[in-house]
Amino acid sequence: MKLLASLLLFLCMPVVWAAEANIPKPDIGKGGQCVKDTQWMRKNHMHLLVHQRDETVRKGIRDDSISLKNCIECHASTKDDSVIARNDSFCVACHHYEAVKIDCFECHSGTRKSAWKQRSAK
Amino acid sequence: MSDVNSQRRGFLKTSLGVAAVSIAPGMLLFDVAHGKSEAVTSKVRWGMMIDTAQCKEGCNECVTACNTENGLTGGKLPTDSQWIRKIEIKDISSGRELSLPMMCQHCEQPPCVDVCPTGASFKREDGIVLVDKHRCIGCRYCMMACPYKARSFVHEVVTDQNPDVPRGKGTVESCTMCVHKIDAGEQPACAQSCPNKAILFGDLNNQESEIYKKVHSVASVQVRADLQLNPGVRYQGL
Amino acid sequence: MPSLSSLHFKNRIYWLLMAIGVLVAAAGLFSVHMMEEHGHIISGMNNQIVWGLPHVFAIFLIVAASGVLNVASIGSVFGKVIYKARAPLASLLSIAMLAGGLTVLMLDLGRPDRVIVAATNFNPTSVFAWNVVIYSGMFSLIVVYLWTMMEQRMNAWTKPAGILVFAWRFILTTGTGMIFAFLTARQAYGSALLPPMFIVLSFAWGLAVFHLVQASIYSWNEKQLDDSIMARKKNLLGIFVLGSLYMVAAYHFTNMYFAHQKGFELFILRDGGIYPNLFWWGYVVIGNLIPLVLIFGPGLGKSKCVMMASLMVVLGAFSLLYVFIVGGQAYPLNIFPGHIAISSFGDGQISEYHPSIYEILLGFGGLAIAFVITIASVRILNFMPQDKPYIAD
Repeated sequence: MKLLASLLLFLCMPVVWAAEANIPKPDIGKGGQCVKDTQWMRKNHMHLLVHQRDETVRKGIRDDSISLKNCIECHASTKDDSVIARNDSFCVACHHYEAVKIDCFECHSGTRKSAWKQRSAK
Repeated sequence: MSDVNSQRRGFLKTSLGVAAVSIAPGMLLFDVAHGKSEAVTSKVRWGMMIDTAQCKEGCNECVTACNTENGLTGGKLPTDSQWIRKIEIKDISSGRELSLPMMCQHCEQPPCVDVCPTGASFKREDGIVLVDKHRCIGCRYCMMACPYKARSFVHEVVTDQNPDVPRGKGTVESCTMCVHKIDAGEQPACAQSCPNKAILFGDLNNQESEIYKKVHSVASVQVRADLQLNPGVRYQGL
Repeated sequence: MPSLSSLHFKNRIYWLLMAIGVLVAAAGLFSVHMMEEHGHIISGMNNQIVWGLPHVFAIFLIVAASGVLNVASIGSVFGKVIYKARAPLASLLSIAMLAGGLTVLMLDLGRPDRVIVAATNFNPTSVFAWNVVIYSGMFSLIVVYLWTMMEQRMNAWTKPAGILVFAWRFILTTGTGMIFAFLTARQAYGSALLPPMFIVLSFAWGLAVFHLVQASIYSWNEKQLDDSIMARKKNLLGIFVLGSLYMVAAYHFTNMYFAHQKGFELFILRDGGIYPNLFWWGYVVIGNLIPLVLIFGPGLGKSKCVMMASLMVVLGAFSLLYVFIVGGQAYPLNIFPGHIAISSFGDGQISEYHPSIYEILLGFGGLAIAFVITIASVRILNFMPQDKPYIAD
């Protein structure tokens, strides 16, 4: 029995090793201090987004720090100013890994606003 | 505390400091929606007064400004979104001709809000009628209900949206009275761009405002007033 | 005399029919996939004609679904024996057509992936939101009703269940009519006459569909329906056709009297090209007059005539719905009464509508779904009428 258990555990190791090798490495853009810490964000960003969007759209509460534009302002890649353009872009990297489709950018721009404004001014 | 831990602490403090210093300028400089932490109230009612005498036939400044501001293509196919349009009308009996812009009338009793199954079409407390794209399922019932044909359906994939104006395939949209600009204390693009100042925007509830005074002094009508929807947009000279 | 054994399909025909049904349904799903990918730009619908061919199919299926329950109600509520035997099949047809119609409606949404949102966010003033409740309630009630009929121990409850289903289906058809009745700004709609009109239309369309399905299933099983049963039911169809013709006539007649509606009525009845053609030839002649002749004409009224009449009533239904739904949107909104308007957004202009292949596939896909549900259920369970020797009651 013990031999079987240890054999099974041994077989799990390559899987864990392989999974770790696949962990997404998102391009965090400007990075730095986020409005909340990383682990909180990983667990709760979807709840924050879903709650905040109703506050903003339906009541007109536009709290800068937790607006989507603000998230994108920091987290858009410094290379292409986008959170969705490449496979390792900030939003795509983890969502692709977790196979959760992002609906936001059907409507929302994934581009840093300052960069978008510069581009359209030209 | 062990040496390693204190070293780690020092490292973290320094890197946080460096990070803060590096983003601080960025956070001061970026121009996102100006912060507003309180909800809008019904103390304000946004509206517009359009002086049709100042509106020239063939002029499309308001339409162009709206398209540019909101990221619309400006196309005129039956499937293209038009949030504002110029209508040339001619009185059948008298033959008098008139030109005027038509957009969402931001009614007080919007039929589009009544019929929307999910409540996506809603009226904000300050009178602006909007589509909550998070809830819109694209059934187009509001388009059937609108007496002014103000709403458009997005028939194809949209890319490179204005970060201030999210819009996407499969939802219904209409004039937002540039709510993103109003919330920042500015004017709607159409009102700002009219060369003849035909579109006057303001707070219909504020007795000191120019629009209030105008509404209470000059003759103006609401389009399809017989439906008793009490739109927030009034027309002078109609 | 029909045998007392229940009807099952012969194997070969059954599998062939299923294959056809599944294929057409799959074609419908393919077109949905295309619309999901590319958007409604590939359909013929636009900002002027926002509801098109899929809605014609969907509304036909929904209205006929509620109407077909009449057959069951005449049995359970009013106690007529030959109708009682037909109640299970009628209930099955109702579920099948409701499912088909609702599928078409839901898949035509701009964002069909948000059906959950529709099911969880209800705007209390919206008739669409009420309909979500009414339609799902209808499904459940019919299932309960079927159970009371098919489970011998529950047979005592058939009458109360039947009455509940009878009342609910009236609410459902009223809800369908109210979708249009509440559109005050549109000249084609916004009339209190529409809910009752839809109810009477449902009587005719439901019974016509029932005849067609019943006859088809009988013929696929190489059995013959008793002519005397047919004779009673054909008269009922005749009455319903007369009733629906009356309602539509009343609607248009009254509308024409209002000066401000005259332009629209002339468009529908005389000047609108395809719309008057479909209305007069498709609905009035094919959908009403010829069936009336076939049913009541001297020397006519046999089974074959009733089948033809039923088929023509269905064709007339599609014609009327096309004129009503599409024609009603093609005529421009009268935003400035007393003025002629022109703009870049179709103001003052008659809008054009050319249905695309995707809409046609979607519509037929809905029909196919109803078909597959009916065929499969009839084979598996005892839905077909088991007629006892006919005694006039």
